[in-house]
Formats: sequence, C-alpha cells, structure tokens
Amino acid sequence: MTFTIPIENGNGVKNAEADSQRTLYPYVTGTSVVAIKYKDGILMASDMGGSYGSTLRYKNIERMKAIGKHSLLGASGEISDFQEIMRYLDELILNDNMWDDGNSLGPKEVHNYLTRVMYNRRNKFNPLWNTLVLGGVKNGHKYLGMVSMIGVSFEDNHVATGFGNHLARPILRDEWREDLSFEDGVKLLEKCMRVLLYRDRSAINKLQIANITEECVTVSEPYSLKTFWGFSAFTNPS
Amino acid sequence: MSQSAVEVPPKGGFSFDLCKRNDMLIQKGLKAPSFLKTGTTIVGLIFKDGVILGADTRATEGPIVADKNCEKIHYMAPNIYCCGAGTAADTEAVTDMVSSQLRLHRYQTGRDSRVITALTLLKKHLFSYQGQVSAALVLGGVDITGPHLHTIYPHGSTDTLPFATMGSGSLAAMSVFEAKYKEGLTREEGVKLVAEAICSGIFNDLGSGSNVDICVITKEGKEYLRNYMEPNPRTYVSSKGYSFTKKTEVLLTKITPLMERVQITEVGEDMEE
Repeated sequence: MTFTIPIENGNGVKNAEADSQRTLYPYVTGTSVVAIKYKDGILMASDMGGSYGSTLRYKNIERMKAIGKHSLLGASGEISDFQEIMRYLDELILNDNMWDDGNSLGPKEVHNYLTRVMYNRRNKFNPLWNTLVLGGVKNGHKYLGMVSMIGVSFEDNHVATGFGNHLARPILRDEWREDLSFEDGVKLLEKCMRVLLYRDRSAINKLQIANITEECVTVSEPYSLKTFWGFSAFTNPS
Repeated sequence: MSQSAVEVPPKGGFSFDLCKRNDMLIQKGLKAPSFLKTGTTIVGLIFKDGVILGADTRATEGPIVADKNCEKIHYMAPNIYCCGAGTAADTEAVTDMVSSQLRLHRYQTGRDSRVITALTLLKKHLFSYQGQVSAALVLGGVDITGPHLHTIYPHGSTDTLPFATMGSGSLAAMSVFEAKYKEGLTREEGVKLVAEAICSGIFNDLGSGSNVDICVITKEGKEYLRNYMEPNPRTYVSSKGYSFTKKTEVLLTKITPLMERVQITEVGEDMEE
C-alpha cells in the first residue's frame, strides 16, 4: 500500500517528512454504511464503532451527519479524513448561506463537490481514505449516491460501502422496491445490518438509522439489534 | 561428512524442497501456469429430515468461463455428497480419492459410511499438504447417527454447522442464509432457500454463474437434482439456424494431375519408418 513516488525538495531526494503528510494507511476506521431510497426519502444505517486496527477503540462515533437542509452524509473508512471532509462541507454550506439568495445546495451538488474533492486528492497520491454515501431530497427529487476514495462515483436506489457491498447489496437487490414505507425500509435496513453484525468482524451492535425527507433530517438514538444464537448445532458441535 | 551407509528413512509430512526452486523460477521471470479455479458458490443446510446441498455450475480460468455447466456436487457414498470450491482438479481428485477409501471401508466393515469418517479422511489429507491442495469443501450426508453438515478449509480445519457457504460467492449466499434460515425447515422451504442462496451468488458474484444444482439427502435416500434451476437461459436462438452467405459461383471444374507437368528429381534419403 506504500506509494513510492520520489518527492523533490531542494536536495532532489525523497523526503520522509513530505511522506508523513500523505495518507498512506488508514488508522481509525469505520465499517459499512447501508442506505436505501424509500417512498418519502432516504434511509441510511451505520453502526457507531471506530476500529484501531483490530481493536474496537471507539464505540460512540457518529458516522452520519446532516449537510445543509437537504443532504445526509455517511462515511466509512478513516475517521479523521471524515472529520476533514466535514470541515470542507461546513465551509461550503457557510459560503452558500452567505449568498442569501434563497437557493440552497442540494444533494446532487454536494455529491458533485465531494466527487471532485476525492478525485483530485487521489490524483495527488494523497487520498481521503473514505467511501462516502450521500443521500437527500430536494424539491421532491430523491437522490442517493456514493463516492469512493479514488473518486469513483455513481447514483443508485440502494448503496452500501465496504463489507456491505458483499453482504447487504444481494439482499437489497432482491428485496428493494420503489414504494417502501418507512417501517418496511427500517426493517430491510435492520435485516442488512444484522447480517453485517454476524459476519463483519469490525461491526458492533450499536447502530443508528438516519432518515431524510423533504421536511427534515433526523438521526435516531443509538440502539441495538436482537440476535439469535440458539441453533441446536451450536449447543453441541460434535 | 562421510557418505553414510545407513539408509535414512523418508520423513513424514510435506516436503518443501520444490518450493525454493519454484520461488527461484518465479524470480527469474517464469509465469506459473494458471489453474482452473471454480470461483464458486456452494452451500449446505440442515432441514427437518436431512441435508440439502447446493452449487452453481460455472468453472472459471482467470477471467474466462471455462465450463458453463460443470458438476460441483461430488459423490462420496450413497448417503454422503460433497460440494467443492477452489481448484477444480484438487476438489475432483480429493473427493474421488476419499470416495474410493470409503467404499473399501464399507466392504471391510459391512456398514454404511458415516459422514464423520469422510470428514476425518479429508481433513487428514488436506492438513498433510499444508494448504497446497486448494480444495474448500462442504460435506453433507445422513448416516445412522443423523444428518450432518461440515465445511472443510484448504488447510484442513473443519466446522460443524447448521448452514454453511463456501467459495467466492459465499458472502452473497451467506447473507441470504443469515437473514432467512430457521431450524426445522420442510423440504420445500429448504430447497427454496438453497436455490435462493445460490441465485444470490450467481447474480452478485462474478465468479459464479449459470445454473443451480441441488442434492437432497435424507435417511430414505438421496435426490440429485442436476440443473434444478436455469436462471440464465440462452434467450435468443435464431429460428432459421445459420444461413451461409452466397459463395462465389463455380464456373469450371477441371482436374489436371501435376505429375504430368513437372519433373521429379529424387534428392535426399527416405524418411525412416
């Protein structure tokens, strides 16, 4: 994973200090985020864990944040880079508000901004080590998109990051419908998060579900899922 | 060191002599031959009366599909079947070998084979090859002690589970199982769930595809449903068949033996017989 591009300083020699200013590996990471479009807007779920390598160091990290009035950002990957992105977006929204022209940045605009930021950082071999999920509703149009750390971006009815791609996406491809109600949407997300809890080693049983509709953005209180371990083969593995 | 007259008996275990030579060849630039991998989805689950095994039917060689409809559910004994993922040759060879050993054992004991016998024979073999035999297996069967389902990894470790998936499509299939498996499924529910899990692998994993094979084993007997589902049929087949374009017309047919036109000089020796 080390990028070995020689950095020129006055001596024309690879400089260790310049290296330490590029992201080489992620340190504190968040695991998957899963999001779906439903009847009234977007539902997004993520757990609250921050892993430091193989240790579960932080158990109270909110990985989903509201952006402006119309968007919701969820991130997996390096937590410090996510905080940096939040600073960029705060500045973006602030400048947008200062125009005071009655227009506000919608999810599509924020998604485009993030795509540009991620891609340009990747071109400088100094990526923001995140996979971002951007969802929102503006003027009745629902929008759900994703940007990866190398700048790959796309839009879809349901997205997932990291392990969620392998474990949650198959379920969503089978069971997602255009006209999901809020309750059905939450049940579907919980189904995906439960499978992730069973099978992703960096997942914890403390998750939040965020909901964004035309009217408002809400991030739920943290709660945990019920799990079932009572198979007879588990009690007596012979 | 004098040339010892005493014969040193061969040491047991895996001989790593050739590994050094292989590494040296790769460093010199030799491309190791690529092997036929079965990039697969294989699953098994225990239901009320027995075991259901399922597999897809695509065999890949790197990015190419080598076999569109191969058989991944191998026979071990009349009451035991084994699905194999990994290198196709390894899964075939190892299951055939253990199947023969089980048969000889049946002749000797006069009893039906037990799943745990197949399990022990397989794990001993795979462990002794330290993971070089790239076979990941889902072994299931019903014997006198009841239904059993095991997974065996290439390094020789085993698990005993109520439901199991292996192969590149294992995560897609496992997500279906984790969401929908319950104990005490009926035969219809079990077959439907297995088919759903394999389809999840077929459609969400690039290494798996084509059709669904299912094998249901109960204490009454087994039912091998080859190509139980074909969710990827060839949809367009031209009704006319292949129509050849109009060839150039034959104007004249005249045969001229060349022997009359040329002079033959014999030079050189005859070829040896």
